Amino acid sequence: MSKTPAAVIGIGQTHHRAKREDVSMAGLCREAMDRALEDAGLTLDEVDAIVIGKAPDLFEGVMMPELYLAEALGAAGKPLMRVHTAGSVGGSTAIVASSLVQAGVHKRVLTVAFEKQSESNAMWALSVPVPFVMPVHAGAGGYFAPHVRSYIRRSEAPSHIGAIVAAKDRNNALKNPYAHLHSEGTTVESVLASQMLWDPIHYDETCPSSDGACAMVIAAEDVAKTYEAPAWIHGTVMRSEPTSAAERDQVNPQAGREAAAALWKATGITDPAREIDCAEIYVPFAWFEPMWIENLGFAPEGAGWKLTEAGETALDGSLPINMSGGVLSSNPIGASGMLRFAEAALQVRGRAGEHQVDGARRALGHAYGGGSQFFSMWVVGAEPPSN
Amino acid sequence: MSRTLQAPVTVAFDYTRSTGPVIGRFLTGLKQATIVGGRLSDGRVAVPPPEYDPVSHQAVTEFVELPDTGTVTSWTWVSEPVAGQPSESAFAYALITIDGADTPWLHAVDVASPDDISTGMRVRARWAAERTGAVTDLVFVPDDGTTSADRPTEPDAEEVSRIITPVSLDYRYAASPEESSFFRGLAEGRILGQRCPKCRKVYVPPRGACPTDGVPTSEEVELSDVGTVTTFCVVNVPFMGQKIKPPYVSAYVLLDGADIALQHLILEIPAEEVRMGMRVKAVWKPREEWGTSIENISHFAPTGEPDADFDTYKHHL
Repeated sequence: MSKTPAAVIGIGQTHHRAKREDVSMAGLCREAMDRALEDAGLTLDEVDAIVIGKAPDLFEGVMMPELYLAEALGAAGKPLMRVHTAGSVGGSTAIVASSLVQAGVHKRVLTVAFEKQSESNAMWALSVPVPFVMPVHAGAGGYFAPHVRSYIRRSEAPSHIGAIVAAKDRNNALKNPYAHLHSEGTTVESVLASQMLWDPIHYDETCPSSDGACAMVIAAEDVAKTYEAPAWIHGTVMRSEPTSAAERDQVNPQAGREAAAALWKATGITDPAREIDCAEIYVPFAWFEPMWIENLGFAPEGAGWKLTEAGETALDGSLPINMSGGVLSSNPIGASGMLRFAEAALQVRGRAGEHQVDGARRALGHAYGGGSQFFSMWVVGAEPPSN
Repeated sequence: MSRTLQAPVTVAFDYTRSTGPVIGRFLTGLKQATIVGGRLSDGRVAVPPPEYDPVSHQAVTEFVELPDTGTVTSWTWVSEPVAGQPSESAFAYALITIDGADTPWLHAVDVASPDDISTGMRVRARWAAERTGAVTDLVFVPDDGTTSADRPTEPDAEEVSRIITPVSLDYRYAASPEESSFFRGLAEGRILGQRCPKCRKVYVPPRGACPTDGVPTSEEVELSDVGTVTTFCVVNVPFMGQKIKPPYVSAYVLLDGADIALQHLILEIPAEEVRMGMRVKAVWKPREEWGTSIENISHFAPTGEPDADFDTYKHHL
């Protein structure tokens, strides 16, 4: 049985900030939802179902927040589903929403993802001590920094590649009014001069902690066709793997490699670096750009950093990456994956504003989460899918 | 002896809540000893006011100051209150429709026995002298007709927009039976792993099941306390709840004979001299300090042997 084609017809996001003390969790979600609905020219009553995602509940200390949020989200009388796959959740939430449309269950699904990190402290929430074991864990940075060191050793990349990524993404963010960080004058030198937090990761090579939300309206083909510039969903994929296993590749995880290969196959893409016009990928620590370039198959193993170094991933490069400023510039964790998916959709709709890539027709949105154990990705295009 | 080692864990944090304009208005009202409802699009008044109208889905923006009296529409008796509930002695939880409101509010009624409360009973608020802008600023009592005679007023109370919500959860953590053997081994100065019968990989700590093959593991393997640093980071950042003072080296140590690395500390060498491939040996705490914990090993320190060849550990990165 073939899938019903589906497309993104509305996109909204909040202005991401360290603290959005002016809104509650419901208000934060509604800010993004109301913008997505306005973009789609729809009201909440015209939406068939709502799919919500967010990362660990310890961040806000509200277990199952979807229960109390249901009414404020306009979900009364409709299906409401919550998705959770750690940092990749924004991506998997969008995929669950699109699946409901592609399967023919619903015509118009609204999907929203959020995080209000200012309600707690992410380093604390990600480092809760476990009895009997060594308390060497130090947040997400402490978890990923050794794997970044492994990448540098394996690829023999020069030590300033992370700084190139950070400077590029922070400068891209200056073109994005919604971005949390608007750090004028970020350069490779200024990044390298910032404090070494988790050696080999500098402060400026890390993502901020943000409050924010992102929402999209996904519609079936017959509805989407009535819109001027829908972002057609060409393919979606999710894969997972265990956090720890003997000889598990933490630099180039198998689940990510296989997810990308399956996505390229499903979308008929044989040379992703040429056929994808731009990619918005989940890079919370700058070095993950070259790591994911390889994991996604945009470059052979060990060669990802060469694309970064050559400027190919800049806005005017051959494969622009993280045009919005990426996770490095805004990180409401639960929404971060959806922001990647939404940026890919904005690009193929030609509505990315100052960070628009000229002539973007096909784009990748990517998210990962947990200890690099959950992956979600989609390819969206300006044309309806041919497959 | 129990199959599993257990220990208490408390996960606690003082969460900061941004109330938003609607809940903020309601809580500010409580601080002022006033019950504030929200007018809905169909004309009804709801207490507490919802942030968004259930029918029109628009933000609720019209507020109504209500009397602090109402009628019990349903109730239940709490004979043995637990910590955090509105009263230390037995009380009633009731749905109370405030006069002028159309929706019931769940709150506490302070009466001595279930014989003293009934559906349809009139109640009024008894306000706390010191109010913080929380639902605990009042409880309801039977309305004796002297309505609000002792009602405090504080019209100039500071607006509530942020509240602190302490959350504290007490868990009893249980290690798996396999991990428990590992921790008990450590109490004897031994490092115990398990070998997968299928892929033959040695896991330490043992997992009980191979994550790759999904089969139970039972063959016990005693491992050396000497190994190789596969990769590491230097933690320079202090954070809330941190147990070790930074800077410190958090490393993956691949013990000789194991197929998966353990995370531990590297000391007795300046952080900038720690290397991938460095050979290290466990430095055990004095025996009298041992418990059933990996912390029996104080840290790992260089053995002085030549570094391991990259090819010997590159598949563990």
